[in-house]
Amino acid sequence: MIARFLEQFPIVFASLNVGFLQTLKLFFVTLVGALPLGLIIAFGSMSSFKPLSAVVKTVIWIVRGSPLMIQLLILYYFPGLVFGANIWGQGETGRFVAASVAFIINYACYFAEIYRGGIQGVPKGQAEAGQVLGLNKRQVFFKITLMQMIKRIVPPMSNEIITLVKDTSLARIIALQELIWAGQSFLKGSQGIAGAIWPMFFTAVYYLAFSAILTVLFSKIEKKMSYFKV
Amino acid sequence: MSILNVEKLTKSFGDVEVLKGVSFSLEEGEVLSVIGSSGGGKTTLLRCINFLETPDTGRITVEGKTAFEGDPSRVNEKQYTPFIDRNVQHSLGLVFQQFNLFPQYSVLGNLTLAPRLAAKKREDFKTAKKEIYAEIDEKALSILKATGLSEKKDNYPCQLSGGQQQRVAIARALMLSPAILCFDEPTSALDPELTGEVLKVIRELRESGHTMIIVTHELEFARRVSDKIIFMANGLIEEMGTPDEIFENPKSEKTRSFIQTDYLSAN
Repeated sequence: MIARFLEQFPIVFASLNVGFLQTLKLFFVTLVGALPLGLIIAFGSMSSFKPLSAVVKTVIWIVRGSPLMIQLLILYYFPGLVFGANIWGQGETGRFVAASVAFIINYACYFAEIYRGGIQGVPKGQAEAGQVLGLNKRQVFFKITLMQMIKRIVPPMSNEIITLVKDTSLARIIALQELIWAGQSFLKGSQGIAGAIWPMFFTAVYYLAFSAILTVLFSKIEKKMSYFKV
Repeated sequence: MSILNVEKLTKSFGDVEVLKGVSFSLEEGEVLSVIGSSGGGKTTLLRCINFLETPDTGRITVEGKTAFEGDPSRVNEKQYTPFIDRNVQHSLGLVFQQFNLFPQYSVLGNLTLAPRLAAKKREDFKTAKKEIYAEIDEKALSILKATGLSEKKDNYPCQLSGGQQQRVAIARALMLSPAILCFDEPTSALDPELTGEVLKVIRELRESGHTMIIVTHELEFARRVSDKIIFMANGLIEEMGTPDEIFENPKSEKTRSFIQTDYLSAN
């Protein structure tokens, strides 16, 4: 049994690495898209223009209130079913684009609520102090509120971002060739290996290792910002 | 010409009329204290002068320029918006009860933030950025020296005592050389043993000729530092006069009873 494991390992390892690369790509693309989009959505939900905040709040409710897996399916298949055209492009690239869009929208809505909490948690007196010193609204946000907001949201954001690491596995539902897909392929049969369940188990090592790195990174960020209190 | 003129100022929050027509004026170099029990409208008056609240009607003039004008006969019209010129804020400084220092900046950073941002509007900013910033730093250091905070310039607000924080807040307001410096209950959030150092700074500012409005509960301090005292009650100026007039010989029964309960019990 050990001999067979040693024989399978290099093949499985190489495949899982390829899958993990796709997982990492989805993770970083989601962050790059969702971090700024979330801020825009947060401002939308806090807008004093009622129709805008109502629309944004409804979108947040839909996105947070339904499973990401369903959102992936709808986003990927719906355009093709209704308009008869695949807007996402062919093959793996198309699946990756669709998955990225679904993840960015989904995570932006969660981030938006965290941002909103962070912004509204900054005492009103901070903005007032900025205002009487002659700063305009933009300067108040970027020079005063932003840094205090970031400090406040590091713990909830690290939570959400570590969840994202594992949530990328949901893209398996539209057959994106990420880590879970790669592990599962040896169950169905691939490269002469079939019925092997251990590669699936082994994928957990990747997720654990990656979230360990993120955990260290976030505690470093927290430490770096400990020079001031909010 | 008065440096500040407030005429028939009114302000309501919903159904609650907080200011019911307040008028007074302030001359250059004068120190005005506003006293009165909580809920009398003192803080709202100060916040209206500093644009943190928009009054409903009346007029505010700062250094001859109209800062606010709201016509009482038109205030109920839907389309009517009162006139506001926020540029006048340049002439005003405000020190808050809760200090409101920016926690992520050092003491020096708190002082230089606004002047540095304001300097970006100068025409020579691009060519002389270094010199302008050095000038601002130099001014900040000299103000810190005057307020006894030189050694704290690199500290962050969380490392300072309440009294030190409030002195930094005063120094920060002075950076923009306001024509009128306003204080909103500057010692109310401080432990009793820390109020002295803040009051000392305010007294020194008076000696160097600053025009100031001080909303305060420190009656003995108000009496000693002010040229003029306003006693506010129920959104109106109940009585206005010199410290001696207010404290020795109040005309209004309300003033008398306020001063007796609040002042005599403390002494």
